Amino acid sequence: MALKRVRRSHVGRYVAAAAVLAVVAWIIVAFARGQIAWSVAGEFLTARTILVGLGNTVLLAVLAMLLGIVLGVVIAVMRLSSNPIVNWVAVGYVWLFRGIPSLLQLLIWFNLALIFPVIGIPGLFEWRTVDVMTPFVAAFLGLGIAQSAYASEVVRGGLLSVDSGQYEAAKAIGMHRLKALRRIILPQAMRVILPPLGNEFIGMVKWTSLASVIQFSEVMYAAESIYYVNSRVIELLFVATFWYLAVISILSILQSRVERYFAKGARHG
Amino acid sequence: MAELVTEANAMSPTVRAREVRKSFGSFEALRGIDLDINLGEVVCVIGPSGSGKSTFLRCINQLETIDGGAIWINGELVGYRRAGDRLLELSEREIARQRLATGMVFQRFNLFPHKTALQNVTEGPVQVLKTDKRKAESYGRELLGRVGLSHKCDAYPVELSGGQQQRVAIARALAMKPTLMLFDEPTSALDPELVGEVLSVMRDLAASGTTMVVVTHELGFAREVANRVVFMDGGLIIESGPPAQILGNPTQARTQDFISAVLS
Repeated sequence: MALKRVRRSHVGRYVAAAAVLAVVAWIIVAFARGQIAWSVAGEFLTARTILVGLGNTVLLAVLAMLLGIVLGVVIAVMRLSSNPIVNWVAVGYVWLFRGIPSLLQLLIWFNLALIFPVIGIPGLFEWRTVDVMTPFVAAFLGLGIAQSAYASEVVRGGLLSVDSGQYEAAKAIGMHRLKALRRIILPQAMRVILPPLGNEFIGMVKWTSLASVIQFSEVMYAAESIYYVNSRVIELLFVATFWYLAVISILSILQSRVERYFAKGARHG
Repeated sequence: MAELVTEANAMSPTVRAREVRKSFGSFEALRGIDLDINLGEVVCVIGPSGSGKSTFLRCINQLETIDGGAIWINGELVGYRRAGDRLLELSEREIARQRLATGMVFQRFNLFPHKTALQNVTEGPVQVLKTDKRKAESYGRELLGRVGLSHKCDAYPVELSGGQQQRVAIARALAMKPTLMLFDEPTSALDPELVGEVLSVMRDLAASGTTMVVVTHELGFAREVANRVVFMDGGLIIESGPPAQILGNPTQARTQDFISAVLS
């Protein structure tokens, strides 16, 4: 006897969808009718200054993030070391660079010449700090190092999530600690590390706007420099908004690709 | 200690343990273990849980450091170097080198989940022994064939049954060409119907002359394959001898109690 199966009807879903659409439409209309000259915003969207700023934003975000990840892994491994000195250096590092607001760190790096007028190895080579510490270098170091303090905690969490049997199996085939970390533990920890690290990367893209305070011409600074001249403040802020969202959309797609790669061998891969 | 160290000589057994002691906090896991294991011998270690049998196995390949006594593998003192009348702790790299003499099979398999069966087997030879990758792969395939898994070379551990995973783990340990294979309750985490395939691989290994120390609850396997059965309880070796004697006609009351409890 084959009775026809009738699925439950989902009235609630249609109601919710209609409500969401209505709210979104209302917001779009409000923005469109607001006192914003969208044609001006559109005009400046691909202005040379803005595009150069966009390039600088992406470059700074990627390089600072790389520095943050590399240092973060080093600090995380130091934090889990059995050597108490190494351990405490890592704890102190995280305390310091997580504790000082990123904005202040940027300003301190930028003004490093006040503390160290010259840098280098005396007798071999020396540079004047003011020449070396360009806005880009200061922003790169400030954001990268601040990021590394956060990243190290993310990485440490990932390393701790790997079963201790994996360390033992790696030791049992004759690996020493660093090789076991690199070949066996870190690749497995990546599954746990990547989602929060993707979060940090997206945060980094937005934090690059801090570099505008030390005159680094990223997209925010570019927008400011234009509206100081033409007074189209809100229009140019929306130009910057558009590009931040665009970059972050691309990053989100990349993140899910990378996560899929490191999920190999996982049950829900 | 000094007189202990001089006991090692050129005609050494594969493993020599003397007065081995190990504590975890206030708990004494090993309270003076003396044991010699000769080349080609298969020794099964039995005993109730908490008797120290797994701890002893882990001391042999230095997953645990010992607090007293000494262990030699092939005549080489484990974990220390003798300098005059002092014992200097070895560096991590030297300990890693010493571990190459032993292969370890764990109760929970501990396969590397992000690597295929073949990659699990070749990881040690390629990364540690610096074997040519192609050679390591062809030897890896041969080993997986020996444990009956030629068709699973490219499978990830998650795609394998427990018994298959443990057989890959055995192949992974063999790939390092150790002189001694250690098995830490290799079938305890398996579903009953999968125990047989792992024991059968171990039986073949024993028949091929591999020196093996097997911590196990499989008394049938011990009776059939072991040259010697060691019964441990409370961190001590209570009794050891040929399987027929220890399993069939034990002299110590504690051994009798344990065996009748397991068989009932």
